[in-house]
Amino acid sequence: MVLCQVTMLDGSQFTCEAEKRAKGQYLFFKVCEQLNLLEKDYFGLCFKDNADQKCWLDPLKEIKRQIRNGPWNFSFNVKFYPPDPSQLTEDITRYLLCLQLRQDIASGRLPCSFVTHALLGSYTLQAELGDHDPDEHRTDYTSDFQFAPNQTREMEEKVVELHKSHRGMTPAQADSQFLENAKKLSMFGVDLHHAKDSEGVDIMLGVCANGLLIYKDRLRINRFAWPKILKISYKRSNFYIKIRPGETEQFESTVGFKLPNHRAAKKLWKVCVEHHTFFRLMTPEQPTKAKFLTLGSKFRYSGRTQAQTRQASSLIDRPAPYFQRTSSKRISRSLDGAPVISVTSDGSGPLGEKENGRDPALELSSDSKDEDEMPGDGAAAATTAATLDSAEEDAEESEAILRKGFNAQDLDKTQDDVLKHQASISELKRSFMEATPEPRPSQWDKRLTASPVTSLRLQAQGKSPPRMETFLPESKDVAKSADNKQKSEAVAVATTATQPVVEIEETVIVEEVRKTPKPATSAIPEVHAAPTTEPQAAAVAAKEASASSDSESEEEAEYHPQITSVSVEQIKEEPEEEEQEEAELNKQQHQPEPSPLPQPIAETDPEPEPAPAPSQPVIEDGTPDTKEDAQPPMEVVEDDGIVEEEMMVTPEEAPNGYSAAEGQGLGSLEEEDQEPRVNGDALHVDTDHLPQVICCSEPPVVKTEMVTISDTFAAQKTEIATKEVPIVHTETKTITYEAAQLDGSGDGEPGVLMTAQTITSESLCTTTTTHITKTLKGGLSETRIEKRIVITGDSDIDHDQALAQAIKEAKEQHPDMSVTRVVVHKETELAEDED
Amino acid sequence: MAGLMAGFGNFTHAVVRAVPTSLAKEALRTNKLDVDLLKAQREHELYVEVLKHKLGLEVIELPADESMPDCVFVEDAAVVCGDTALITRPGAESRRKETEAMKKVLSDLNLNIVEMTDESATLDGGDVLFTGREFFVGLSKRTNQRGAEILADVFLQDYAVSTVPVTDGLHLKSFCSMAGPGLIAIGSSEHAQKALKIMQQMSDHRYDKLTVPDDIAANCIYMNLPSKGHVLLHCTPEEFPESVKVFEKLKDHMLIPVSNMEKAKVDGALTCCSVLINKKTDV
Repeated sequence: MVLCQVTMLDGSQFTCEAEKRAKGQYLFFKVCEQLNLLEKDYFGLCFKDNADQKCWLDPLKEIKRQIRNGPWNFSFNVKFYPPDPSQLTEDITRYLLCLQLRQDIASGRLPCSFVTHALLGSYTLQAELGDHDPDEHRTDYTSDFQFAPNQTREMEEKVVELHKSHRGMTPAQADSQFLENAKKLSMFGVDLHHAKDSEGVDIMLGVCANGLLIYKDRLRINRFAWPKILKISYKRSNFYIKIRPGETEQFESTVGFKLPNHRAAKKLWKVCVEHHTFFRLMTPEQPTKAKFLTLGSKFRYSGRTQAQTRQASSLIDRPAPYFQRTSSKRISRSLDGAPVISVTSDGSGPLGEKENGRDPALELSSDSKDEDEMPGDGAAAATTAATLDSAEEDAEESEAILRKGFNAQDLDKTQDDVLKHQASISELKRSFMEATPEPRPSQWDKRLTASPVTSLRLQAQGKSPPRMETFLPESKDVAKSADNKQKSEAVAVATTATQPVVEIEETVIVEEVRKTPKPATSAIPEVHAAPTTEPQAAAVAAKEASASSDSESEEEAEYHPQITSVSVEQIKEEPEEEEQEEAELNKQQHQPEPSPLPQPIAETDPEPEPAPAPSQPVIEDGTPDTKEDAQPPMEVVEDDGIVEEEMMVTPEEAPNGYSAAEGQGLGSLEEEDQEPRVNGDALHVDTDHLPQVICCSEPPVVKTEMVTISDTFAAQKTEIATKEVPIVHTETKTITYEAAQLDGSGDGEPGVLMTAQTITSESLCTTTTTHITKTLKGGLSETRIEKRIVITGDSDIDHDQALAQAIKEAKEQHPDMSVTRVVVHKETELAEDED
Repeated sequence: MAGLMAGFGNFTHAVVRAVPTSLAKEALRTNKLDVDLLKAQREHELYVEVLKHKLGLEVIELPADESMPDCVFVEDAAVVCGDTALITRPGAESRRKETEAMKKVLSDLNLNIVEMTDESATLDGGDVLFTGREFFVGLSKRTNQRGAEILADVFLQDYAVSTVPVTDGLHLKSFCSMAGPGLIAIGSSEHAQKALKIMQQMSDHRYDKLTVPDDIAANCIYMNLPSKGHVLLHCTPEEFPESVKVFEKLKDHMLIPVSNMEKAKVDGALTCCSVLINKKTDV
């Protein structure tokens, strides 16, 4: 056991013990329990890293791994500043937010004018001291409070003056007033990060509920609302956002910023991912199973979103909990004048408080209301495959039972019973509060198990197996490619759709860039500590269940915020979903729920792609239907698959309670289902198709990201396009293996391009470019998906495994398509790439 | 105990300055138009009349200075928000001296005076749009980045300060202004619309827009006075008949057409001719 010290918002210290291997959430829940806080999703624990930088404690990771050798000292802080604090359910939550803001203001982090300092200060006094009392409140009574970074006598006088005017205001009302004013401050809830723009000018990047703000000095020079941002990524110390094209622009642009170091870039990226998820999405992005490669930071926000936490808190039905204000030791009153638990200020020591904290009065909801009131959960559980929802359902069930028990019990039970009962209630309360954010499997996943595609994909895969045996361990530094081509059974699938014949083809290009070993980053030990024994880079290929490459050691990662419409839709649709009854929910298994189905990222990427370039585009892009109709099923697969890939979360990072049950469950299901098949495939290929070398040419080019670094006046000036080409000496070898069988797709008559889209996704060590083209050639509809995956690793990559995994995942993603070409291109970096 | 950002448009005082005779010949202008001095003076008198008698503001009238042909356009010399006044450094060198009298009168009103001393900074008040929630600063021929930064240093504490490029026209407010709380009057020209887009993008707040056919007509003066409610001073039907029709749709506003024909010839808009101040007599 280790002793943890947590500095609370009121400055007090909370000490508790935690097991050495305890996860962040253990401690966090302990703290919330101590505080009697239910709306905890806005908060988090911070610690200082080696560089004395404040970091958020990841609830899903072991504390020890995060703080490393540092002391087990933490501080409890607001992580997500609710833009509208009046929507918080409980006064205690608002109180804690006030405490945080007072800190922010006093430290100067939240700047405000003299007048605002005075006004906010006066509400603080009213909340803490009550009405101004001329006898008690002499001139210096304000000196215990810090209202501003540099508080003057004049300001204190002004504060007192205003304090007098608040007569009659309850502490809770004063807090509310404080928040109503503080929330309007322009820097409220803005998390600032130092950076430089493309010209090396110092700027600040501010992450807030609405998006990303760019400041130069104190001027806001640009703002990117979340809906404008298509992608957030970082690479080494660079941070990039890809901007949705405006009405008049044709292409999206990428704006790059230089952060002081890699760690800062990653930190900023994480903050963005979290804020976007928390404030924009209905539910956090869920871990997915079928993905192409699992390299890169799989970091995703794992907690509840604001929408979820609001929903959960709407179920809070307890008398306003008693809590002690820092200085006044007065009893808080709730806004609505709910009866106050009468504890005299003298008797309300920590003990009394704690007992009060366990007040059994907590009743989450009545049994009868349960079904109706937790529709979100219900829906989630119901639409989930039966195996998945057990964890949560159990929780709910036990909760219901406990509650019944409680209701039945009488007040005349022994004190002991009461205490025990309180303990269970608080346990139950916790499980309830934790239960909600269960990541729902994507609709596609659900459909996959039910739709006919699944069965077909088995057949399809049996026939077009890539040859994996060719990738021998010693060939590591040699690039090669294999190619297999085959018409797949998917044709049959597609014929059920409207098109006469659909020929589906998938091209997988796996490019690997291998660097010479780099100086080990501090995170490497973590990698080893992870359940997987594979070195970080090799983890690319690791099955998702074990894909635990530690995010700390990641060089880059990316995040595609869900397209606005989707998230908006999600939020809008949710209530409907909630109202749906069981019966309907069953139906939903076969019908894609509109909400979690991500729309395809339809981009017209200027990036040139070596893709079949059919003549003229006829249709830009068909928005995929959320219903299964005339669309060939694989379209959904593609879209979904791609998004999934970007939204994956490792099971490890999923919350404990249910992840194990769900994420792992999924993973194992998957494996049972598919693993053997892949192996079988490989063998099959080996005998069937001996690949032959076709070409061995590829210029020694380091695959680099081409970014348009527009300066931060993006809206104002024309962009300055730059290519960032790191000088890296490389050795390159490319061998392309192609299968003997060639289909006529690439040649002859030019088809009519129906849709073409290129999706680039980057993560720490991989860059995946997916190029999807649909062409119509004389009644034949052909979909070609080309994936280019660049794996960057600084340790030996198990190429065989990486490739095998890539192919496997490609097939899982597009079960009704066949892999026709695999090109492996390998580069070994000779020069060390400094970070 | 008015909260932050309460009372947008509530003014008690106005600072104006008389029209010098030198305006007709020497005032800076983007178009070579002849100004009828007498007409301009009469216009200005009417303008002051409206502020003083119709609206009941306490009007402080500075005497004209013949050495400063543009001095009637007091708005450019200072930005006042709450109790703080930023004395600007106008972009046109010939106008720098205009700030002296302004500084004096504002300090006499007990405002906290901040001066823009940085020699690399320029800022005209005509480029500063305060929406009640935040500032937009036009980067124009007269206002540069540094000037905007200094304004941000002064006012950012409570308000966001964003920059907007002014590609055409003299000032940001040459084609826009506030016509109500959260309501931006905007001209129809391409650059005006573009600037509005940028402002909307940069803002966390949502603004309604009131599009008027004529850019300069989009410059109006909004006030919210305790005794009068929503008040809007705008162009006259003689000048911009089509734009007036748009203003007339604002049913809740007390609409006061104010002629500005002559001053407009030297790029003076309605807002240019006064600095409005809210000097609360109470706390």
